[in-house]
Amino acid sequence: MKHLRRSTRMKLLRYAVLTAVSLLMIYPLLWLLAATLRSNTELFTETGLIPKSPDISGWKRAFQPYGGQIDLLHAALNTYLIALPKTLLTFISVTLTAYGFSRFRFAGRRVLMLMLFSTLFLPQTVLYVPQFVLFTRLGWVDSPLYLPLIAPAALAGDTVFVVMLMQFIRGIPKAYDEAAKLDGCNSLQTLRYVLVPQLRPALLSIGVLQLLHTVNDYMGPLLYVKSPARYPMSVFVKLSMDADSGFDWNRVLAVCCAAMLPQIVIYFIAQRFTTPEAGGLKE
Amino acid sequence: MAKQRTSAGFLRKNRHIAYILPWLAGFLVFRAAPMLYALICGFTDFHLFRGISETGLMNYRAIAADPAVGRAVLLTVAFAAASVPLRLALALLIAALLAKRFRGVRIYRTACYLPSILGGSVAAAVLWKAMFRDRGLVNTVLGRLHLPAVSWLSEPHAAFWTVVLLRVWEFGSPMLLFLAALEQIPQDLTDAARLDGAGAVRIFFRIKLPMISPVLFYNAMLGFCSALQEFSAPFVITGGGPRGGTTFLSLLLYRSAFTANEMGYASALAWVLFLLSAGFSALFLTAGGRLLYYADEGGGT
Repeated sequence: MKHLRRSTRMKLLRYAVLTAVSLLMIYPLLWLLAATLRSNTELFTETGLIPKSPDISGWKRAFQPYGGQIDLLHAALNTYLIALPKTLLTFISVTLTAYGFSRFRFAGRRVLMLMLFSTLFLPQTVLYVPQFVLFTRLGWVDSPLYLPLIAPAALAGDTVFVVMLMQFIRGIPKAYDEAAKLDGCNSLQTLRYVLVPQLRPALLSIGVLQLLHTVNDYMGPLLYVKSPARYPMSVFVKLSMDADSGFDWNRVLAVCCAAMLPQIVIYFIAQRFTTPEAGGLKE
Repeated sequence: MAKQRTSAGFLRKNRHIAYILPWLAGFLVFRAAPMLYALICGFTDFHLFRGISETGLMNYRAIAADPAVGRAVLLTVAFAAASVPLRLALALLIAALLAKRFRGVRIYRTACYLPSILGGSVAAAVLWKAMFRDRGLVNTVLGRLHLPAVSWLSEPHAAFWTVVLLRVWEFGSPMLLFLAALEQIPQDLTDAARLDGAGAVRIFFRIKLPMISPVLFYNAMLGFCSALQEFSAPFVITGGGPRGGTTFLSLLLYRSAFTANEMGYASALAWVLFLLSAGFSALFLTAGGRLLYYADEGGGT
């Protein structure tokens, strides 16, 4: 009897804490959505989530271009012109590197591995200054292909993902590789037909992380994208804040909301494909 | 003849190094060379448009003498020291509550993770600015509750905590990692403890927490290092102000490199930031080697 009461109390406490924290987490986002539908006069005086007199002028103005060079849709397009190739190239380079390190012995492997791990501790912020000089010399600043943003990732620069994938590869028994070899696969075919299918859940989460990370990145585009027509969303949002905050907050917040939506959609789509059980890597 | 055969044999034996060559090229060109360049550059007065006219230790002397740098270092470390424990504690609490199957678990999980999807984005920072401005949402709510308004963005200390709060709000990714780790704990261990009469809280602190300590530690270290680099939130929300209250090292670095174009000085600052985070990582690693429990003594390399 006493035990039962104790467990119901725990249960109630669990729900209470979770509900309180979840509401605190979600409230700013819901308020943001509601705020975009309010006029500028009642925007900050209303704390509720249902606008009294819905006003979509903020959204209408959010789609107007700034200085005739860049607008919301082009900024969104630019963002994915960076993020999609970068994510695709990350997949390829990271898989090859993780495979090489975790399945083969070669001269200097230990030293190279140390170098790999050392980059985990090398902050990107530290690299911005010398990389900027490098990319300026190479003539890559403001490149229409966004080379400074994509090239380092295309060569497995995001070593966190390499280390992550190495952990997953370690979880796949080597017997699979040997069986494939007996069946006449060379090492690349083994990777393609034996390991990659098993790594799919890991690759998917790496893809989502890299995509979201790239979409959210601000300092990279701030340094390397100079023409307004090529601005991605993050720079566009900052631009619209600088231009309109103070008097036209509902436009600014509508831009913000538009900038957040694709990421939330990506997350929900990705979640459909990754159930916790899909990993299945523990023996 | 024999020599040729052995070198061919050497190549054959090591042919799989080809898989890591793209990474190696990227490492040399985009990481190692720039770091080396920054090291050299830090001893010059290289200006992006005026070039070099002087070499020596003057950048490091200027850094040591400049109170603004000292303050930025302190603020940066304080930011990491304030935001990381809060963020991890919240992540751990929520993960502990979610690591069970019950009705609505997915909804709670999604709600808590949602802010992290926007983690570090400019849009989230702009939302924060809208919420914490003088007549923003937070002060309106405080007014409704008959509490005094706070000038979140014009008071150095309040602004600092505003930026900390944004980082704490995005606690979802450590939460997911904690959840995954908690779900790996063998059920029989906790069952045995329960049979022995241990309560849920006690089981958590005596069994679960020690078992996930490597994950906790890993998150603390990575979180600390990434907090030392925080840039876009203070840059967007406060611009480093008020009165330098949120001028972290990264902002100082940005200004000297990309506003003043003083690449030499900025390179020296970059090395200071690098040594700072390397120092903290080393500290974490030595401390971690003693404190942690590893189920399978599985080391890194």
